[in-house]
Amino acid sequence: MTEVLKIEHLHKTFEAGTLNENHVLKGINLNVEKDDFISIIGGNGAGKSTFLNSVAGSFPIDYGRIILENKDITELPANKRAKYISRVFQDTKMGTASRLTIEENLSVAMRRGQKRGLSRGIKEKDRIFFKNELKKLQLGLEDRLKMEVGLLSGGQRQALTLLMATLVTPKLLLLDEHTAALDPKTSQMVTELTDQLVLEKKIPTLMITHNMQHAIDQGNRLIMLHDGNIVVDIKEEEKRNLTVMELIDLFQMKSGSNLVDDSLILG
Amino acid sequence: MDLILSSISQGLLWSILAMGVYLTYRILDVADLTVEGSFPLGAAVASAMIVADIPAWKATLMAFVAGSLAGLVTGFLHAKLKIPALLAGIVTMTGLYSINLRILGQANLTLLNSETLVDKIQAFGVDKTTAVLIMGSIAILIVIILLHLFFNTEIGVAIRATGDNLEMSEANGINVNLTKILGFMIGNGLIALSGALLAQNNGYADVNMGIGAIVIGLASVIIGETFFSNLTFAKRLITLVIGSIIYRLLILAALETQINPQDLKLISAVFLAIALALPTARNQWNYKRMKRRNKEGELNNDRSIKN
Repeated sequence: MTEVLKIEHLHKTFEAGTLNENHVLKGINLNVEKDDFISIIGGNGAGKSTFLNSVAGSFPIDYGRIILENKDITELPANKRAKYISRVFQDTKMGTASRLTIEENLSVAMRRGQKRGLSRGIKEKDRIFFKNELKKLQLGLEDRLKMEVGLLSGGQRQALTLLMATLVTPKLLLLDEHTAALDPKTSQMVTELTDQLVLEKKIPTLMITHNMQHAIDQGNRLIMLHDGNIVVDIKEEEKRNLTVMELIDLFQMKSGSNLVDDSLILG
Repeated sequence: MDLILSSISQGLLWSILAMGVYLTYRILDVADLTVEGSFPLGAAVASAMIVADIPAWKATLMAFVAGSLAGLVTGFLHAKLKIPALLAGIVTMTGLYSINLRILGQANLTLLNSETLVDKIQAFGVDKTTAVLIMGSIAILIVIILLHLFFNTEIGVAIRATGDNLEMSEANGINVNLTKILGFMIGNGLIALSGALLAQNNGYADVNMGIGAIVIGLASVIIGETFFSNLTFAKRLITLVIGSIIYRLLILAALETQINPQDLKLISAVFLAIALALPTARNQWNYKRMKRRNKEGELNNDRSIKN
C-alpha cells in the first residue's frame, strides 16, 4: 500500500481569543492510501467542511502537518495546492465560471497546476479532447462547446465541474457534499459519474456526504467525524456489510447523542 | 452634420476609455476609480513627450505604458494589500493628481505648436474631423484585435475566469492576485491611451480632464449593454464603440437644446443613475405585477369557492 496523504495532529480554531472562539478540529490524524475512496460523515459542526478546506488550503491551519506524496504542503497556498488537489463544492455555481463557455471552463481546468502563457487558450486538438471527455457525461454537452455555462442546469454544471476536477488527474480529489443541492434523479446521475471517474482514473478521494446510503455504497472506507476528531474508521469488507441502521446506531453511540437529523438518513 | 461627425469621431476616442472601464467593471467585477487619474495621466504623458519633440506615436504608446503602471499600483493595493478596490482606486487617483501636475509642469499644456497624430494625418490633406475619424478607427481596430487575441490566450481566459468566479479560479490553480493586477494594468493602459488620443484631438492636456471620466466610461458600457445583450467578448467591444458614440450624440443633443454646459455633468450623472437603476426597477415592476396577478387569482378562487 502506498500512502498518498498523511495528516498529522491537525488543529484549527476560528476566531481565536474572542468570545466566539471555536475549536473546530482537535488533532486529526489520517493516512490516505493510493486506492482509498473515503466517505466522510458527521453531524452539523463536526468539522467535516473545515477538515476538507484545511486540506485544500482555503485557510492556514493552527497546528499539524499535511503531507501529500511525501511533500509537506502545510504552508502552500490554495492556488499552488490546486496543482495536486482538485475539489467539487456543494454549490453548483461554485465550480464553474458562468459567463465563460463550456470549452473555456474546460481549458481553465486543463491548465490546472501549469503555467499559463500567451498561447491560444483553446486549440483544435483540445476541442477534440473536450468532446471525447464530455461524451462520458452523456448529457449532450459535447455539441455545445461554445455555450455559456450559466445557461446549464445545476446538475449539468455539477457534472461538468466533476469532469473539470478530474480532467487532469489530481493526486487527491475532495468532494464536499457535491450532490446535496441536486434533485434525487440528478443526484443519482452525479453519484454514478463520480464512481465512474474516480475508479477509471484511480483518484484517491475524500467525499463528505449527508446521505448514509451513499456513505455506505460509495468508496472503500468510511470515517465519521465528531467534535473535531475522527471517531469511526471502517474499511473494505466491514464497510460493505454495514447497514444504514447500524451506521446510525454507531453514530449515536460515538456521538453520545440520540438526535439524528432526518436528513442524515433520507438526505 | 459637421457637429454630428465630430461627435462620432470623439466617440471613437472615448470608446477606448469605455473598453478600459469595461475590463475592470465587468471582467474583473470591480468599479475602478483609478480612471479619473489614469485618463489625464495618459494625456499628460503624451502631451509632455510631444512637446519635447518625441514622435507622437511613441508618445501615445508611452501613455499606455504609464496608464498600466497606474493600474499596477491600484492592482497591487487591491490584490496584494487587500484594500477594497474602490478605495485602492481613490488612493491611486489622488496620488496621480500631483504626478500629472508634475508631468505637465502646469495645469494646462497646449499642443498648438507641436505635431500630434492628428496633425500628421491632416498632412495627407484631410480636414480635422476626418483625421480624427481615421486616427480613432485605426486605434480601435488595433485595440480590439489585440484584446480579442489576448483574452483568448491561456492567461487571458484566466483573467476572465477570475472576475467571473474567484473560488473556481483559485481551485484551478490560477494565481488570482496576478490576474487581477494584469486586468487593472490593461484597463488603465487603455484609459490612458484614450486620454492621450483625446488630448491630441483637443490640442491640449488639462490636469482636470479626468473629472467625470468614470461616468462617461460606465455610461458607454451600459448603453452598449442595454442595446445589445449577451454577446461574445469581441462583439461586446464593438458595442462599446457604439455606446460611446451614442453617448456623445446624446451630449450633443443636450447642448443643442441650449442647456447650460455647466449642467452637463449633472445631466450625465442623472442619466447614469437611471441606467444603473434600470435592472432593479424592472425586477420590482415584474414582482409587483406577479403579486397583483396572484391576488386576482386568489380572488377568483374565492369567488369560485363561494359559487
